[in-house]
Amino acid sequence: MDWTWFHRLASPPHVYRIAGVLTPWFAWPAGVLIALALYGGLVLAPPDYQQGDGFRIIYVHAPAAWLSLMIYSTMAVSAAVGLIWRMKVAHAVAASCASIGAWFTAVSLVTGMLWGKPMWGTYWAWDPRLTAQLVLLFLYLGYMGLRAGFEDTARADKASAVLAIVGVVNVPIIKFSVEWWNSIHQAPSVSKLARASMPAEMLVPLLTMMLGFTLYFVAVLLVRLRAEILRRERTAKWIREAVAA
Amino acid sequence: MSAPGGSAASWLQAGQLVLERDLRLAFRRSGQLLQPLAFFAVITLLFPLALTPEMSRLRDVAPGVLWISALLSSLLALEFLFRDDAQDGTLEQFVLSGQPLTLLLFAKTIAHWLLTGLPLAVMAPVLGVALGVPLTALPGILAALALGTVTLSLIGAIGAGLTLGVRRGGVLLSLLTLPLAVPILIFGARATELAIKGAAYAGPMYLLAALAVLALTLAPLAAAAAVRIGVE
Repeated sequence: MDWTWFHRLASPPHVYRIAGVLTPWFAWPAGVLIALALYGGLVLAPPDYQQGDGFRIIYVHAPAAWLSLMIYSTMAVSAAVGLIWRMKVAHAVAASCASIGAWFTAVSLVTGMLWGKPMWGTYWAWDPRLTAQLVLLFLYLGYMGLRAGFEDTARADKASAVLAIVGVVNVPIIKFSVEWWNSIHQAPSVSKLARASMPAEMLVPLLTMMLGFTLYFVAVLLVRLRAEILRRERTAKWIREAVAA
Repeated sequence: MSAPGGSAASWLQAGQLVLERDLRLAFRRSGQLLQPLAFFAVITLLFPLALTPEMSRLRDVAPGVLWISALLSSLLALEFLFRDDAQDGTLEQFVLSGQPLTLLLFAKTIAHWLLTGLPLAVMAPVLGVALGVPLTALPGILAALALGTVTLSLIGAIGAGLTLGVRRGGVLLSLLTLPLAVPILIFGARATELAIKGAAYAGPMYLLAALAVLALTLAPLAAAAAVRIGVE
């Protein structure tokens, strides 16, 4: 089968242009959805019968935690695509994912800690999810560290791709082992939310927020991807034409 | 299969030769072999100085102390895994040899485990006694560490391969390897803890064994990919 069309589609100038066109299509809906979800979550949703208004931090915490894992998988998949089909743009996507994912992981950790203070009475408890998030943050930092260790972009791409794939195989194992460890050493954590029993007024803003965060991630990814492509192709001729235009 | 290099028998022979070579080289420089062991002993013996000389309290922290010390010692030893061979071009010859690189590196990793992981596991009971661990728990500690260090060596080989091209990659190697070692630490320390308490420790041992099987199947492939990138 002829794959040249595929590679032409994924050529840096093409992706650079498409990413620029697509960015507002993700950024604006993201902004609108996040604003709606904030209103729904902070104003319309009733206070929790146990946690009062404290539970409202879930509207930042849960989407950030969801994205931290989603971005890691995106990173690993695009790294694998880059490795298998030798596609430079896929590596650029993986590289752009890393720091966004690390920041979302950090946000989920910080909001988790802020949530922990009123609920557990302490900022840090060795809750399985917080612990797994912490390990995930180190996985991101390792990935970024490895990338920074190479001067040659092509080698950094390949080495970090292998690491991302190894990491994504390990994430479920780490998650399972941390939950197993926690179930031995302490009673089931307080943070366990009964998802099914969440009323619609609470759930709808949460799902809206998750969608908004995801669109926001795509928008930021596109911007970062453009910057990454510019950095990688800085000597190419099409860049001068694109900048001049 | 008619890959350049020949049949399965000759592949196995190549792996065996690599294993023998690594063992022979290591025993010619036996001083280097003792370093991780000495490091293991020093770290473990620092804990009573920092915490308490009371045996009953040391016994409670013994699983964690032994596992963290063993983890750090095996990490220290990882630096030697590929470095010398990368510097003198041996790894490059491995890549060019036409033999499956996965198999050659697997042999190297097994040699590395025989030279560091296994001695660490054998030494752990001695240090356990110094931490007030009852003698009945020693076989369990030995088994848990022997099994856990297999996985550690295999995962470490990936990290060592990835950091080949990085200058002063030692700290980075730790940052890459330690998060991946979290499950081994959890199950290994739990098995050790149960052994010290005199309870059945088969459960976490099965999980450790499962991790070892997974690492045995997949890690050499990733290590080969990493080394290929590292030497190019």
